[in-house]
Amino acid sequence: MEKTAPTTIKPLVTIRPSTGWAALNLREIWQFKDLLLTLAGRDVKLRYRQTAIGVVWVVLQPLISAIIITFVFSKIANIPSPGTFPYFVFAYAGLLGWQAFSSTLSKASTCLVGNSQLVSKVFFPRLVLPISTVFSTLIDFGVALVVMFALMVWNHVVPTLAILTLPIWLLLILMVAMGVGMLAAAMMVSYRDVQYILPVVISFLQWGSPVGYSVSYVVAKLAPQYHPLYMLNPLSSLFEGLRWSLLGSTAPVPAWGWVGYAVLCAVGVFVWGAFGFKKMERKFADVI
Amino acid sequence: MSSSDLAIAVRGVSKSYTIAHNAPNHTTAAEALIHRLRHPLERPAKETFWALKEIDFEVKKGEVVGVIGRNGAGKSTLLKLLSRITEPTTGIIELYGRLGSLLEVGTGFHPELTGRENVYLNGSILGMSRKEIERQFDAIVAFAGVEQFLDTPVKRYSSGMYVRLAFAVAAHLNPEILIVDEVLAVGDAEFQKKCLGAMKDVANSGRTVLFVSHQMQAINSLCSSGIYLDKGRIGYMGDVQTTIQHYMSVRQTQQLATEEIKRPGTGEFRFTGFTTDKGTYLSTDDIHLDMEITCFGQTQPGYFISLEIQNTHGLPVLHLDSRLLNQEYTRTELRRLHLTIRETRLAQGDYRITGVICSTGGVIDRLEGGAEITIAPILPYPTRRNDCAGYAAYYPDFEIEEGPNEETTPRLLVENSAS
Repeated sequence: MEKTAPTTIKPLVTIRPSTGWAALNLREIWQFKDLLLTLAGRDVKLRYRQTAIGVVWVVLQPLISAIIITFVFSKIANIPSPGTFPYFVFAYAGLLGWQAFSSTLSKASTCLVGNSQLVSKVFFPRLVLPISTVFSTLIDFGVALVVMFALMVWNHVVPTLAILTLPIWLLLILMVAMGVGMLAAAMMVSYRDVQYILPVVISFLQWGSPVGYSVSYVVAKLAPQYHPLYMLNPLSSLFEGLRWSLLGSTAPVPAWGWVGYAVLCAVGVFVWGAFGFKKMERKFADVI
Repeated sequence: MSSSDLAIAVRGVSKSYTIAHNAPNHTTAAEALIHRLRHPLERPAKETFWALKEIDFEVKKGEVVGVIGRNGAGKSTLLKLLSRITEPTTGIIELYGRLGSLLEVGTGFHPELTGRENVYLNGSILGMSRKEIERQFDAIVAFAGVEQFLDTPVKRYSSGMYVRLAFAVAAHLNPEILIVDEVLAVGDAEFQKKCLGAMKDVANSGRTVLFVSHQMQAINSLCSSGIYLDKGRIGYMGDVQTTIQHYMSVRQTQQLATEEIKRPGTGEFRFTGFTTDKGTYLSTDDIHLDMEITCFGQTQPGYFISLEIQNTHGLPVLHLDSRLLNQEYTRTELRRLHLTIRETRLAQGDYRITGVICSTGGVIDRLEGGAEITIAPILPYPTRRNDCAGYAAYYPDFEIEEGPNEETTPRLLVENSAS
């Protein structure tokens, strides 16, 4: 093991202290795609293991939430349905977007702390963990969407061409959720406080975004100077948009100026989240 | 040595951690909260601790290197740096080949998943591709011997089965550079033998291996060279035997606090000194133990002492009682005793020496594991073939003589046939 002259062959991997912002290194993540899929598979398998009715929960959860929302907004608050369909269908469509958002955010934010054993004992690109959480959300979304279509058929809602934009709305919602989720995950490594703050933020967002009611209702009720404040939350346009893509012309059409703003926000939050995560990544194993 | 022989190059690598000293010691959450409210701006004192300092070494392709050192010497930190789990504070590490690391057996195993699912999960966590796992799946299952329980959740496994399956996955890891941390200490003796065999196969397959263990016997039989880490620095680097000797030459001392003794016994006399002359011995070495016994009580007229040497399983292998030598001691303020054990012939391993001060009335002081010693894995025989010694507890002095020999003619076995 004596010293040698400087080497001429390039090493496969060079490990050195890093500073500042780092590249995302997407190629490395691609190399770990098997791990990504296995972890995603694990999450899906584990979700309903040792449950009596298993996958039925995927359907039941949004249905029960939709019943509660219909009860509160339609029956108690007497808000009329904004279209030709029952309020329940409207609420369920709103919950589709909401569930995708909240489940991605809460899963992504706990992915590091929940897998601390992996983080401190094995090397892999850490971004694999938050990304792997998306798959189970997508499966849930798919199942819930089938129920949505059944509800639409039942209530004679004919989708318009707007339905083609559904994947775009979903993607934007997931980008916001992932961006915030990755930042929260990275911060949770040092500060477990995030764990307690996040549920509060999530429930604030659920009632502060047009999930159980429409933006037009807010516009009607709120003084005009507060409208921009409400729309500053990019989720407002995104949830409204996703619902519009499903229920078509009978649902309120989103304001396109605010949609543009929401798109910028979604991309910005996602990029910020990914790079912020990457920047904090190097101390995960030491601190966790 | 040409550059193409290199597998690992570590240049000027240091790693520091910041440790916080929390001065106040609160026993309840309420107490901590009150303290926090009274001193809202108080920050815990921080100190930089260098787990590794200026480490430089190179490993050639195909070399099997044992990394040894006491607890806290920086072995695990070094492995974590090499496997990229954490980053060095300074310095550069170059790896010439795909690296797989095994810092723990069964990382990522999930109790709710079945054995089969866990093999895939654990395999991909350790860096194997799905195809690789599929190809090796049968070999992994056969190695672990859990064929019948493949579709049972591992939470229903016995701990032995669990560990066997976990190690089996790891044993089939196939990187060019393999990093292993103290994973052989699992399972029963039979399975440990199998693990050691698997590690030997890896070592002989021409792969580069860095191997951390406290079991000197394993290091000695697997590795060609060694690195001895001492308090974050390289204490010695060279062939494995010399490295082990450097490691063992460090004297292990233990300070016995005289105040606040919470040991069993009536406490009229206490051990206030209990030191061996070395930390590690050869099987044929004499062991010297210095004891200091201080009187704390008023009534006890005398005592005798009794020493037990236990192996790592807590089993007493030697029992030395002063009464066997017709020695009992009268009351004195302070007594110093010097014990010599000639040629223990103990097998390699770690041992604890427990000292007991007794009188006919019972135990006066019991110093559990007062000294810890290691018997080096160097056989007291003309050969260095460790594998012949097996799991014996002692290495007795023996010889085999040949008697008057006769040439034999090959004999045919008489078969008991009915025809």
